Amino acid sequence: MSLSATKFVHPITTPPSTRSSDKPLFSTFFGSNHTKLRFNKPIVAAQRRSSSAASTSSPVVAVSDVVKEKKLKSASNLLITKEEGLVLYEDMILGRFFEDMCAQMYYRGKMFGFVHLYNGQEAVSTGFIKFLKKEDYVVSTYRDHVHALSKGVPAREVMSELFGKATGCCRGQGGSMHMFSKQFNLLGGFAFIGEGIPVATGAAFSSKYRREVLKEPGADEVTLAFFGDGTCNNGQFYECLNMAALWKLPIVFVVENNLWAIGMSHLRATSDPQIWKKGPAFGMPGIHVDGMDVLKVREVAKEAIERARRGEGPTLVECETYRFRGHSLADPDELRDPAEKAHYAGRDPITALKKYLFDNKLASEQELKAIDKKIEELLDDAVEFADESPLPPRSQLLENVFADPKGFGIGPDGKYRCEDPKFTQGTAHV
Amino acid sequence: MATLFQGVGAVTPFSASSSLDSNKLLLPSRKSLSISDSRGSIFVYRSDALNLKAATRKQDLLIPNAVATKGETSTSAKSGHELLLFEALHEGLEEEMERDPRVCVMGEDVGHYGGSYKVTKGLAEKYGDLRVLDTPIAENSFTGMGIGAAMTGLRPIVEGMNMGFLLLAFNQISNNCGMLHYTSGGQFTIPIVIRGPGGVGRQLGAEHSQRLESYFQSIPGIQMVACSTPYNAKGLMKAAIRSENPVILFEHVLLYNLKERIPDEEYVLSLEEAEMVRPGEHITILTYSRMRYHVMQAAKTLVNKGYDPEVIDIRSLKPFDLYTIGCSVKKTHRVLIVEECMRTGGIGASLTAAITENFHDYLDAPIVCLSSQDVPTPYAGTLEEWTVVQPAQIVSAVEQLCQ
Repeated sequence: MSLSATKFVHPITTPPSTRSSDKPLFSTFFGSNHTKLRFNKPIVAAQRRSSSAASTSSPVVAVSDVVKEKKLKSASNLLITKEEGLVLYEDMILGRFFEDMCAQMYYRGKMFGFVHLYNGQEAVSTGFIKFLKKEDYVVSTYRDHVHALSKGVPAREVMSELFGKATGCCRGQGGSMHMFSKQFNLLGGFAFIGEGIPVATGAAFSSKYRREVLKEPGADEVTLAFFGDGTCNNGQFYECLNMAALWKLPIVFVVENNLWAIGMSHLRATSDPQIWKKGPAFGMPGIHVDGMDVLKVREVAKEAIERARRGEGPTLVECETYRFRGHSLADPDELRDPAEKAHYAGRDPITALKKYLFDNKLASEQELKAIDKKIEELLDDAVEFADESPLPPRSQLLENVFADPKGFGIGPDGKYRCEDPKFTQGTAHV
Repeated sequence: MATLFQGVGAVTPFSASSSLDSNKLLLPSRKSLSISDSRGSIFVYRSDALNLKAATRKQDLLIPNAVATKGETSTSAKSGHELLLFEALHEGLEEEMERDPRVCVMGEDVGHYGGSYKVTKGLAEKYGDLRVLDTPIAENSFTGMGIGAAMTGLRPIVEGMNMGFLLLAFNQISNNCGMLHYTSGGQFTIPIVIRGPGGVGRQLGAEHSQRLESYFQSIPGIQMVACSTPYNAKGLMKAAIRSENPVILFEHVLLYNLKERIPDEEYVLSLEEAEMVRPGEHITILTYSRMRYHVMQAAKTLVNKGYDPEVIDIRSLKPFDLYTIGCSVKKTHRVLIVEECMRTGGIGASLTAAITENFHDYLDAPIVCLSSQDVPTPYAGTLEEWTVVQPAQIVSAVEQLCQ
């Protein structure tokens, strides 16, 4: 049924195809070559999964049809310029090396708790986030280190946060699973899956509100919500798909489908494993893309983000990807088939991009090695910084519970508890 | 053994409103507590230790002239304007929306329908569908959406059509609303107001009669307030909207039609302070929301019987205003808590603990807490009546405590 009322303020351009009652034009946008990709029928997890042959034949740069057409039309043959290529490479290397360093530091006892590493999925983070402006919002899950880095949060601050130091991006109060940055508009870092999706929807709502109610010029911030395949069985996901499509919020829902939710295979948990199909059910385009190829992800990301920015509404993008490590550093990762792991290791996004850069003479070995070295030094510096940073003092304990510390109330002596001198020392009785 | 001197005679004039329905709720006028009309008759009241058999006590009391006189409402009666509680909420909300364009409302049926209890009536026509947003039935998600909007610069008010529905939003309220300011190291503020009617109504059945104060009270990082009169409803609504902290405002289904005269000038109340409803000397009665009226009704009987209860509407459920409460305890040495919350783990339980912890030395008797039964609210009227605290129980509790 169409949107309530004549009174509803429509976005700037309302293409007729996006009425919720009509079928959207884009359900097979970019021609999902990988539609039937990994699973033609429900497969018992233990069995060897034979992925669609098409995607294994050329693990690098198998561009989709639409992009091939674009190639013919444009003057240049290539999808990216050299500068762009180097930026992408550096970002992915930063993500990969950082996570490897995290693992090292964890085993050396510098960080504790649950740490979830992103190795293997860098193409999704880099592919999407590098298209965003600083004012755009990113909402992530507990696997958020690389999203933070791609968005611009300095490696020093992320590493400090992991070490639990006061110089961390959240003053040591958030930890691995709760990375926030107001400066770079990273809205978290959420431990429960699905919990960030409504927050992302709210950020998109804010953006639309600023544009249409407050009439701020240039208020076209887009929000990206990253989450996994397991989350796609959660109610919050569906509720937000509905609201985002209903109000045409400027948001892109990015599913990082790495097939596993800790030890639960996506196929064992989901009645219809093709997540991209769930987009059209709510009236938004649903796109499937090879998440191990940063260039393909970029093409999809560009269109989805621009669509949101124009005010045409949300998009659901399912990225086929894989995590090379276990769910977290505490996960022995014994359940996944070694053949599956080997298959995806062969599709390592960094290796793929490297090959593309070399094959198309966009960069030389030395240039890439220089970048590797630069990142290694950056990370050594980050670790050193984190090591030398102070631990949070006791005085920090009560500071950020309330934005307005009067919220701690009035004590028996008639004064607000936050006026008690012990409050700033963190020892006040509240 | 204690000897108490008492000045008796504080009267409680009642405003003469006839707009109430028959549920016999009292309408204390806001300024009804001045004791300027008191006729001071002083007598000596000896209390032996805790003699729980109350029967003989009354003979020792001189019954003073504690008849409730109809004083005139002590403020200049013609200033201000009269309205019902839901209109007061509406007024507060509209004033804040006018004042700050970032204030927006979201909830089920708040827009075109005007709100199930008409608190948002007319606002959608005035401010548009985006500012007064009709959401689909997805509490968890639209509360989360409100939190995301609050983090990114708006000041949303999320309305739960019934407080009980916010149980579905518990994930977002606990994990995000309360915590994000802290886990982000203070980077993001969440100036959200979550409000809605709760409490036991008229045979609404168990699920629509829930009191969520007790469930939310442990969440760190949020404040909770409960309004009970049009005056404090408007003041607390405005204060909650202006606060940088997330605030949960509890309203009561049966109190929406209370009428009172409130000032024309703008006013904002403090979120952390309690309200002195009736000063007294014998016993401190702490209450909030609808039970305030049961207490005042009992107070009428008690005054006739010669007692002088001090009634405080705690208003701020989290954090407690320990100053007002403490001053009262130090004066009367006896505490009775009357609440509608469940017995187990309710607000009363927390308050009992807080008072014992802070004012144990000043107490002459154990704190008595009257709460609702730990029973899912039955549909049948008689049963429902027995699950909540009634004035007669309050009277006998006071009598027992004051021996």
